[in-house]
Amino acid sequence: MVLPAWMPTVVEAIYFIAAVLFIWGLKRMSSPRTARNGIIWAGIGMAAAIVATFFLPGMHNLPLMIGAIVVGVVLSWIVGRRVPMTAMPQMVALFNGMGGGAAAAIGAVELIKFNAALMLVPDTSPIQPEAWVNVAVHLSPVELVLAFLGVLIGAVSFTGSLIAFAKLQGWMDRRFVFPLQRWVNLAIFAAAVVCGALALAAGIEGHAFAWGLLVGFVVLSLVFGIAMTLPIGGADMPVVISMYNAFTGLAVAFEGFVLQNEAMIIAGMVVGAAGTLLTQLMAKAMNRSLGNVLFGNFGGGGGAGESQEIAGALKPIDANDAAVMMAYAERVAIVPGYGMAVAQAQHKIWEFAKLLIARGVKVKFAIHPVAKPACRTT
Amino acid sequence: MITGFLALYIFMLAAFTGYEIISRVPVILHTPLMSGSNFVHGIVLVGAMVALGHAETPVEITIGVIAVLLAAGNVAGGYVVTERMLEMFKTSKPAAGEKK
Repeated sequence: MVLPAWMPTVVEAIYFIAAVLFIWGLKRMSSPRTARNGIIWAGIGMAAAIVATFFLPGMHNLPLMIGAIVVGVVLSWIVGRRVPMTAMPQMVALFNGMGGGAAAAIGAVELIKFNAALMLVPDTSPIQPEAWVNVAVHLSPVELVLAFLGVLIGAVSFTGSLIAFAKLQGWMDRRFVFPLQRWVNLAIFAAAVVCGALALAAGIEGHAFAWGLLVGFVVLSLVFGIAMTLPIGGADMPVVISMYNAFTGLAVAFEGFVLQNEAMIIAGMVVGAAGTLLTQLMAKAMNRSLGNVLFGNFGGGGGAGESQEIAGALKPIDANDAAVMMAYAERVAIVPGYGMAVAQAQHKIWEFAKLLIARGVKVKFAIHPVAKPACRTT
Repeated sequence: MITGFLALYIFMLAAFTGYEIISRVPVILHTPLMSGSNFVHGIVLVGAMVALGHAETPVEITIGVIAVLLAAGNVAGGYVVTERMLEMFKTSKPAAGEKK
């Protein structure tokens, strides 16, 4: 298929529009009134970007590509439609893991191509600047670093999310703890980093690296994702899933840089940043710090800590949150107390109740026997 | 072509954009937003298609197909799940309907 010369420009333009639509869609999703069509805007952007990608120059394996897309879309569409509403969190984990795995796989393909190209060049050490011309697939040092980082983060997000999915689905024991776990995990992570760093150093110098290093790097990254998620309990999973969501976003942004694909860079980075903040907010809403969620279950005394939390959990809520919750509630009961009487807020409460009633919320007043006299003073 | 500092600027601006979008979000929207951003990073499908589109050896093609398959699942699943979550915010109440 011969494409006109202006085609890449059109594709770039569509990527730009898609990036705008993603940000616009997410912005709308962050307010309850506009949330529902936010996903539709983002969906339009996504569809446009995917269709446009078919028209990039030099694309091969098109039948295989279309086949894989159809299979992937149909399967997860059916699964996503069929599962009960209560299973939604693990579905997010599953689909997020798939995204992370895809990002890691992209990085792996690029690194394989780069290394295979290096192997064809006579190995003068270190490679002369002019010899780079003979390397068919050239990744700059920055691109190499980001390719490796993307594989690491994407692989961790992949297996970590799958473990989170298995735990929430009830396929797995809630927690899996053994002595010195933290150190074992650290050792796995360090081994992955060493494999990656050795291959990276060789690649920057222009030597081909041993295939074993790349395989070891990928496998150890995958294992680390599992090891990291195993000790975390089911109740903390939403925070962990949100963190892996941010991870996948970062991995996508890094691999987007390697592929020089602006849509991936922007969408990935926006998700990476938004996901990081969202993770912190979710941890805060549970009165936990992120470190506590990730590492709190290590070591002894886990059981005691849990029972304590159930005993004394206070969830602070600000006016914004309260307003949104009540506006979308079926029924609201207002229990006027001493504070309302002191603040002379009874008229405000009545206005507020009228607003809720106008939205179709059933509003009831519940009077506490002790507080009753205070109300009557109005 | 995006290189060096230009890429750094894009990274930085996109990060701030993401941060700004999420700040001051009501608690009940945390999960739908997580799901929505999960859908948005499904853009990885575009990268997977490029990787598969330029793959040549059997190993590259195999990994490329896996990438496309996983990414397509991310896109479709992310969309369905987010849509189902947001459906719960449907304002079926008569008075609220006209605010749209």
